[in-house]
Amino acid sequence: MKKTKIEIVNTIDTSNIFAQLSHAHSGGICVFIGTVREFTANEEVIALEFETYKVMALKEMEKIADEAVKKWNLNSVVIAHAVGAKKVEEPVVIVGASSAHRPECFEACRYLIDTLKERVPIWKKEMFKNKEVWVSAHP
Amino acid sequence: MNVLFFGITREIVGTSELLISDLVNKPTVNDLKEYLMTRYSEFSKLTSFAVAVNNEYAKDNVPLGQNDEIAIIPPVSGG
Repeated sequence: MKKTKIEIVNTIDTSNIFAQLSHAHSGGICVFIGTVREFTANEEVIALEFETYKVMALKEMEKIADEAVKKWNLNSVVIAHAVGAKKVEEPVVIVGASSAHRPECFEACRYLIDTLKERVPIWKKEMFKNKEVWVSAHP
Repeated sequence: MNVLFFGITREIVGTSELLISDLVNKPTVNDLKEYLMTRYSEFSKLTSFAVAVNNEYAKDNVPLGQNDEIAIIPPVSGG
């Protein structure tokens, strides 16, 4: 049986990821955690503020998980994203997968985060000392 | 029709939900995009923006019904 966990949360809990992904049929687990970086183009970031269109975001995350399970024959998948204000070093997104052998979960993990960034309706505002910027909004 | 706004588009229109009654005669996604760009000049300055109908990305020719959940999706930036 496949294990899948898709969620949008206020705070990412990185401590239970092993339990969420471990699977009897898997020989490897791969995890990516996205965190708040202190500097963007040499400017100091105070915090990131995330908002989402939750019902659609969860639907898109489910689709991405399903695609990855089919493509790499994964046994487990986690996609979780945080919303609200996040400070430097805090986790904002965690994705992971497990599979029989490591190449599949490495590739799947990259697909999960790259596709999430392309498609899932979540928006991030960078809060600097003197300004706020919606990331990617303008060319 | 009722339209939801997120991220920078919510800030441009100044609200997260707007009742638009000016679009008649079977409007499409494209009609809504043009309406917004005409009414709010800031929309034309965005990298792009998409429209979701009933929680799915919709192409320009998709018709918009009164009971559809319609949302404006500015460039996403999760992760």
